[in-house]
Order: sequence, then C-alpha cells, then structure tokens
Amino acid sequence: MPHYLLSVHGVEGQVREPMTEEDMRRSHERLDGIEQEMKASGMWVFSGRLHEADTATVVRTAGGQTMTTDGPFTESKDHLGGFYIIRADDLDAALAVAAQVTAAIDTPIEVRPFAATSEE
Amino acid sequence: MRCRRSTRWLWTGGRSRGLPPNPGGWITTTARNRALDRLRRQTRERRLLGEAALVTGVGDPLPEAEAVPDDRLRLIFTCCHPALAPETQIALTLRLLGGLSTEQAARCFLVAAPAMAQRLVRAKRKIKAARIPYRIPADHELPDRLPPVLAVVYPIYTTGLSGQEQPVLCREAIRLARVLGALMPDESEVAGLLALLLIESRRAARTRPDGGLVLLGQQDRGRWDRHLIEEGHGIVRRCLARDRPGPYQLQAAINAVHADAPTAADTDWPQIVTLYCHLYRLAPTPVVALNRAIAIAEVRGPIVGLALVDRLEAELDQYYPFHAARAELLRRLDRRGEAAAAYRRAAALAPPGPERDFLQRQPAQV
Repeated sequence: MPHYLLSVHGVEGQVREPMTEEDMRRSHERLDGIEQEMKASGMWVFSGRLHEADTATVVRTAGGQTMTTDGPFTESKDHLGGFYIIRADDLDAALAVAAQVTAAIDTPIEVRPFAATSEE
Repeated sequence: MRCRRSTRWLWTGGRSRGLPPNPGGWITTTARNRALDRLRRQTRERRLLGEAALVTGVGDPLPEAEAVPDDRLRLIFTCCHPALAPETQIALTLRLLGGLSTEQAARCFLVAAPAMAQRLVRAKRKIKAARIPYRIPADHELPDRLPPVLAVVYPIYTTGLSGQEQPVLCREAIRLARVLGALMPDESEVAGLLALLLIESRRAARTRPDGGLVLLGQQDRGRWDRHLIEEGHGIVRRCLARDRPGPYQLQAAINAVHADAPTAADTDWPQIVTLYCHLYRLAPTPVVALNRAIAIAEVRGPIVGLALVDRLEAELDQYYPFHAARAELLRRLDRRGEAAAAYRRAAALAPPGPERDFLQRQPAQV
C-alpha cells in the first residue's frame, strides 16, 4: 500500500497567537483521537514532533573525511516541525487525514508520496 | 417589447415571481443514458480512456460507493484534482478528455509543443506517484472538488472561441458541462455553467466565414443557434426558481438578456447592470468591474463609463479588453487621438487571432 509523509512546517520568527491552556488541551485531545482512529484503521505507521530546528546537527563527507557542523541543513526560514507517516489507498485518503490534522492544529500540512519504503 | 416580457432574470433577493417552482426532472435518466452511450461508442474516445487508464491505473477494482459508472466524469475529476496546478488541469483535460493532440493543446496555450509535452508528462507522473484517485468525489468533498472542474470547462470554451481549434473545444466544453449537469442535477452552478455555454454558443456568430471578427452590435442574430440558446434559457429559468444564485448562473443570466434582444439596440442594459452588480458582490474581481462599467456606460453614457473604467487601470493595464473598452468609450466621446492610442495598446497586448486583427484596423478608422 502506498505510504505518504504528512509534514508540518514551522516558519522561523513567525509569531502566532499564543494558545490558551484550554485550547492546547483540546487540540491535543483531537490529535489523540485522530491518531487512535488511524491506528485502528491500520493507516498509522509513525509520527513525531521534532525539537526546534537549531537543535539539528549536519554530518557530511568531504574528501573521505567526516565533517560535522551545526544545523539546520537548509537555510530556508521554514523547517520541519513534525510529521506522520501513513499508509493510504490513494491521495484522497491521505488528504482526508491531513484535513483532520490541519483542523486540529491550525497549521498547513504538506502531503507527499513515498517513492519507496522499507519496513520490518 | 419581447425582451421585457419574456425575461425576468433578476435575482432580487426575494422569490422570483411567475416561475414554476420545479427545479427537478429537467434532465431525465433516459437522456443521460443516451448521451453516455453515444460517448462510449466513439472509438477515438476509447483509445483516450485507455491512455487515461494507464495513467490512473483503473485496472484496480473500484470502491463500491461508485454511484455513477461514468469514466469521463471520473477522469475529469482526476485531471482537475486540486493537487495539480490549474494550467496543468486544463492541459490534461484537453488532452485526455478533449482528445486534442499535444501540438493542438500547445497552440491553445501559445506555448511550444515540447513544453506542453513536458507539462503533460510531469502531470501524469504526479498522478501515478501520488496516486491521485480515479473516482467521483463523495458529496462532502464536492465543495472543494467541483469548483476546479467548473473552472476548467469554461476556459476550454473561451480558448476555443479565439483559436484554430474552435469547433472542437467549444463542442467539448458543452459536452463536458452536459455530462456534469446530468450527473449532478442538484448543483445549481453546474447547471449555470451549462446554461452559460449554451447561450454563449451565439458567439460563433462573432467570426465571419473568413475568420474576421463581428462585433455584438453587428452580428447577424439569425446565425445564432436558437435551439441551444432556448435550452440555455430554460436552464436559467429553473436556476431562478431554485434561487441559489452563483457566479456561473449570473453570467448565464447576463448572456440570456443579451441573447433575448431581437436587435442590439433592444438590449435591456439596466437589467444587465443589476446582474453585474450582483455578480460583483459574489466575485469582486477587476474583470467583473470592467464588464459592469461597460454596461453602465450603455445606461448612463460614455463619460460615466470611462470614469469607472479608468479607475481599474492599475489592475488591468496588461489586460487587452481593458484598453479595447477604453478605446471604444473614447471614440464615442470623439477623443480620437486617445482612442487610436488605446486601440494600438489593446492590439499590442491581444493574442493573435480575429480580435487582434480587428483591433489593429481600428486606429485608422477613428
């Protein structure tokens, strides 16, 4: 079955209206509910939220030598903040999940198909 | 005064008077099935659907919820999936549903054939890679999915009006709108789109046999296809009875008022102004504002019209109909030098075709 990456991007320096504790709790509850549903239907593969982009480290090879530098890798202002990996029948099924998540967190989501996956 | 008696197209916000409240049953199942049989018989179409099947992998079993077994409708929803860019949606629809060759599609968009081929290859790759499904969306998805489909059908029609592929594109657009209308009879805007295209079929009289442009005022109204126009009027009346106006229905109503006038001089311009005001409330775009200004000029004179048109300069400076409208109003005001300059500007911006030929001849005649 095709796999999709649902990624949530944060824009550096973008000030968002701070959520009240109540809003936060409700948002988490909704996400939990969505994840439960995804697990029950077998769509859920993995999900996670990342630390801030400046916690990243980049490793590359230069002239046969390993070189480690501070991250993030991309110089752009928006960074991956979290993601889901899901199984879905087709793009519309993946978009339906993305629509639920975006409504719960009020942030746009990019849906992108995997070209190949390897699983246990 | 035929036009006043037979057209009460106005949506005044309240109930429309004198119209039978019978929105349903205007396209019967029989008619729909006949149309679909005809579509299926065409072998060229079969080949294209075969090509589409390769792209969309329709070899897979389809979900049970498929209420309407129509390949073409499924295909148009695939071609117009919002995951594809709008210009790609139109190109794919023309290629896979309209049966245009890549070269013909390229000519419609004034791009080189290799660029069009590449655009189509990328789109097909995305459909395959992302698994854009080949199915009719569920009811709750339609508010998101139907507008791009409607937004593709109308430009196919208008592209057809000015290019070499005219008969193919106009016929195809009407056919697509019919299929959509038959399968979604409860969507007022689908009906509105079909009515708009049917009534606009009068625009075939815009070109002379040699390809030259004939303005609305000088057209031989006997050349209009009354049969199609009548069908369009019938749909507009039903839309009125249903009273859920939208941009396509209002444009259809505007065209209905034009088509209903026995001669250009009989046109009920005040009614057209009212309809454009309504349209502007739903779709406040500069192009709608321009058309409204042109209609207002017919009611209140070229001075008022020109003042309204000039206000749109910043937004429409690169849009040739803006300069053509200014030129016409300036000519009526006898400001010949400015009129000639505006015609030249319009001609420089217009795409090649009968309209540009017409605009190029004007400066010498004002």
